[in-house]
Amino acid sequence: MTKGPRDKQISIDDVVGELKDGMTIGIGGWGPRRKPMALVRAILRSDLKDLTIVSWGGADVGLLARAGKIRKLVYAFVSLDSVPLEPNFQKARQEGTIPELVELDEGMFQTGLRAAAQRLPFLPMRAGLGSDVLVNQPWIKTVTSPYADGEELVAVPALHLDVALVHLNRADQHGNATYLGPDPFFDDLFCMAADRAYVSVEQVVDTAGLTVDTPVQRLLLSRMMVSGVVEAPNGAHFTTCTPDYERDEKFQRAYAAAASGSDEDWAAFSARFLEGDEASYQAAVAAFKEEQA
Amino acid sequence: MSSATETVTLADVCAAAIADSFKDDGEIFASPMGLLPMLGVRLAKLTSNPDLVISDGESLFLAGVPPLFAKGDVVEGWIPFRKVFDVVAYGKRHVMMGATQVDKHGNQNISAIGDWAQPKRQLLGSRGAPGNTVNNRTSYWVPKHSGRVFVERVDIVSGVGPKLAKEAGPAAARYNDIHRIVSNLGVFDVKGADDSVRLLSVHPGVTVDEVREATGFELDVPADVPTTREPTTEELVLIREMLDPKGLRFKEVPHDG
Repeated sequence: MTKGPRDKQISIDDVVGELKDGMTIGIGGWGPRRKPMALVRAILRSDLKDLTIVSWGGADVGLLARAGKIRKLVYAFVSLDSVPLEPNFQKARQEGTIPELVELDEGMFQTGLRAAAQRLPFLPMRAGLGSDVLVNQPWIKTVTSPYADGEELVAVPALHLDVALVHLNRADQHGNATYLGPDPFFDDLFCMAADRAYVSVEQVVDTAGLTVDTPVQRLLLSRMMVSGVVEAPNGAHFTTCTPDYERDEKFQRAYAAAASGSDEDWAAFSARFLEGDEASYQAAVAAFKEEQA
Repeated sequence: MSSATETVTLADVCAAAIADSFKDDGEIFASPMGLLPMLGVRLAKLTSNPDLVISDGESLFLAGVPPLFAKGDVVEGWIPFRKVFDVVAYGKRHVMMGATQVDKHGNQNISAIGDWAQPKRQLLGSRGAPGNTVNNRTSYWVPKHSGRVFVERVDIVSGVGPKLAKEAGPAAARYNDIHRIVSNLGVFDVKGADDSVRLLSVHPGVTVDEVREATGFELDVPADVPTTREPTTEELVLIREMLDPKGLRFKEVPHDG
């Protein structure tokens, strides 16, 4: 009997069970686009604390900040696009509730992930020179080119992750995964920068199904980069997961209104949507959708 | 109905001034952030610089020039975020960004207001401004020119002006190119004395003194300041009937200025 690669399907709770206090967790996607929100929601419900979060941030960062889960945040921006300023992140910054912050240029962020993915301590880059990124992060050093030009460049430090969490459209049970929307974002880099990577997907299909009507170039993740696969339909809600669904703008507006409202407003939103498991979240979202229709 | 004989609005003047910022760029990726920059770039592509490469603001290079926020019909390339970073480093790009603050030396802030450690008002974060300004041509669009935006010194340097770039060394200064600042009052560059912001033109109906009063630092004002040109009839037709028939531009630059 021949053996195939192992089945890596696990549950949302299994993923959270693998996480520990104080871990460095990279969250894939970009701003309010294709974020592994089901996994983020599970972290909100857990007792995890003192996390270092590495993210081109959207509501993932806002929610984790509001829940007091973040000890250190590495980011280049936090935005919901159609709501430019993320209210929970704003509140956390203005009240000083995130103890440690590393604000990078958004290209530096990619370079840092790439350095970690290539197991290098740093990679050189121009971005950051002359800006307050280097003033506010004095631990980020420059490096002088050993060649004739002698240019002094930023030595962008590797953003090594304990765990990467990403959400794609389809995967097989082994962890090969495709994105079907317009932009891969940097989910492959997140996975390669991490010791372990967990991918949630809209749908788990058999391996042949991944390329049956999809060009092979859309296979962003290889199973060798992936430790666990979670089937989580609507698991990126309320961020975009094109072409499965676009951003839920009505829900995002309700989120932003609650986040920028009173403590009671936020408590009501949280009680309605965030305190149950993923199935109750999806049920509450369905009820919200019906109300708004 | 709209016609070219209608009064030229300030929004039209701003669109043409933004278009002029891109006219000498040749075949590069024009990256507008925000509504008026998008309008200006598309106007430039239809008039002064047909070689410009434009995108849908998401991940596609558009072969045609669709109206604001319309879907493009023909696609000529793929530009997901990872390739945007490649083009930034490659240098064939001109980005026009917004600026919550811009200072005397052309530094820009979109990160936060107040002290970075615990800001009075958290904004977006630095986004790509540090990388843009030391790699590719960068301009800024300011729809409401005031002393709150044009400040002596930005609270946080996101985008790097030429003076700070030179201080940071040749690797920072080599490709630093802050090209234009276009506001609702006038057009500026950063080629004034000591690498300071210099007034290049005032929009029709605006006086040099009004610009000075609305600016929170001492502006470099040449002896002779021309008036920003009015859009041509062709440009007015393109703006009103093709690119922005719904008048979305007036949300950023209202009729009364």
